[in-house]
Amino acid sequence: MDKAEVHVKLGPFRKEIKKNYDLYLLLVPGFLFFLIFSYIPMGGLIIAFKDYNIFKGIFASDWVGLDHFKEMLDIPAFWQMIRNTLTLNVLSLVIGFPAPIILALMLNEVRAKYFKKISQSLLYLPHFMSWIVLGGIVYNLLSPENGVVNEIMRQIGLPEIYFMVDKVWWIVAYTFSGVWAAAGWGTIIYLAAMTAIDPHLYEAAVIDGAGRFRKIWNITLPGIMSTIVVLLILNIGHMVSIGIEQPLALTNPVVTDVSEVISTYIYSVGIKQGEFGLTTAVGMVQSVINLILVLGANYTAKRLGNEGIW
Amino acid sequence: MTQTNVQTRSRSFFRKYTTGDIIFNVINYGMLALITFACVFPFLNSLANAFSSNHAIQTGAVTIFPVDWQWDAMKTVLGDEQVIRSLLVTVFITVVGTLLNLLFTVITAYPLSRRDLKGRTFFMNYMIITMLFGGGLIPFFLLVKALGLLDSIWSLIIPGLISSFNVIIMKTFLQNIPDELREAAVVDGCGNIRYLIRILLPLSGASLATIGLFYAVGHWNSYFNAVLFINDPDYYPLQVKLRNILLLAQMDTSLETLQQQNDLQIIAESLKAATVVFATLPILIVYPFLQKYFVKGAMLGSIKG
Repeated sequence: MDKAEVHVKLGPFRKEIKKNYDLYLLLVPGFLFFLIFSYIPMGGLIIAFKDYNIFKGIFASDWVGLDHFKEMLDIPAFWQMIRNTLTLNVLSLVIGFPAPIILALMLNEVRAKYFKKISQSLLYLPHFMSWIVLGGIVYNLLSPENGVVNEIMRQIGLPEIYFMVDKVWWIVAYTFSGVWAAAGWGTIIYLAAMTAIDPHLYEAAVIDGAGRFRKIWNITLPGIMSTIVVLLILNIGHMVSIGIEQPLALTNPVVTDVSEVISTYIYSVGIKQGEFGLTTAVGMVQSVINLILVLGANYTAKRLGNEGIW
Repeated sequence: MTQTNVQTRSRSFFRKYTTGDIIFNVINYGMLALITFACVFPFLNSLANAFSSNHAIQTGAVTIFPVDWQWDAMKTVLGDEQVIRSLLVTVFITVVGTLLNLLFTVITAYPLSRRDLKGRTFFMNYMIITMLFGGGLIPFFLLVKALGLLDSIWSLIIPGLISSFNVIIMKTFLQNIPDELREAAVVDGCGNIRYLIRILLPLSGASLATIGLFYAVGHWNSYFNAVLFINDPDYYPLQVKLRNILLLAQMDTSLETLQQQNDLQIIAESLKAATVVFATLPILIVYPFLQKYFVKGAMLGSIKG
């Protein structure tokens, strides 16, 4: 498996193979799996530089150099979906990132065991639903005709809002449905970090006359700060990648101006319209920026004295 | 949760509540109760809609209790041959897929958990690189197509056979089992494979349940891969079928702005809700039983090894 080993010292390597041959055999399926389903698609990126022809196949198709990349920069839809991807991601980060922290701080102050357990179980629930289900529920709740939200607004005398067809309200609905789906599940890691805080700190603080807020502010929050920093950096590292299921579940023909993101563009133009070369180029730009962001994020985490992500 | 330790200790300390504490508690519990309710309310609302008459839904009378109780929508869903077919497809990919996922995850994780294995770092890097960089959707799609998996149920199982993330969770867990156990077994003449099957696996129940749940939920909810790879309605999984039914809802909304809404669109509010409930129910049923595992698993996953 380790090629360097083979050339340098054949003897010990052979011995190792003989001793643990069964372990190496166990690794073979995994090795092949990642080779086929991860590394071969990476090689498939050369489509971005070719005029892909279904009948000729990847290798026989003609080279076109950077044409696809030039074309990409020229289409207005490209800049629109970059803008949308960044807008939706930044909003989801600004609203969605603090939400589980606040929720975890609140849960951590709960002493009633059953209240806490029940509340947690129910908060985790949306995480286990598909975006299709969540999207269906969001549409149902926000429907102007018979949605509960608009019904309540009518009751208190507010005008009804067509949430899912108004571009601004659509973005709001997108952001908050993301928070709804993820905030509860996100508390787990912060709650875990809080259990690692030394209880003596709280006892000392009480002796010094600290109230509840003081303890949260001066002990709990600093205690989970390194976790917060790592997760924040990780999230920033994923700024250009956006899952496809949430946008796809919530989008509709009226709001495509604000809902078309990189992933949905690749799907609709690439797969549906067969523009393989162009969309592979778009996907490649996304992958590269992502890689840079993740590596940069990890580097920053390490520089700040945190453990880094790996 | 391990939280209890801290709790019991601090509880004895705070035996006396000050007025500030009481106010804090009232606000904190109140807000948490409210947020929790906001989290579950949409599900309760869908459940209520599924068993209410269309008329009641239209007039906005339904909140969390069914109005004009009726089974019709659920009966329609259960009577729809295609829904049942897609349910069977989903059950198949969930059961078979999860079992294969677990098998391949364990056999990949076990060698990697062995610190004495040469080339282990190479393989870990080989796997982690795939988490950082990918070829993207188009090459992936063309690969699955080239493998002849289009319009086959296996296209929903094989390309996702091993998740690097879950391998790392499993590997971390196996590493935490004391190595003395293996040494003792080896002295007794136990080989690697037998050690895995006879000793490690019986000790791994909780983590197998956790990653099994993660895989199973993934299969149950799988939607986009099916949209990509499956064109034959006979092989649509439940989520795709559900999406097709819900798409009607979206059309409604766009029509409403154009003031083109007519009575034809009013058909299926309770039907949509019933389909949502139908697709969600199995998760809701297993959820309470598996809960205690997945919290541990999620924490284990957050600690890299």
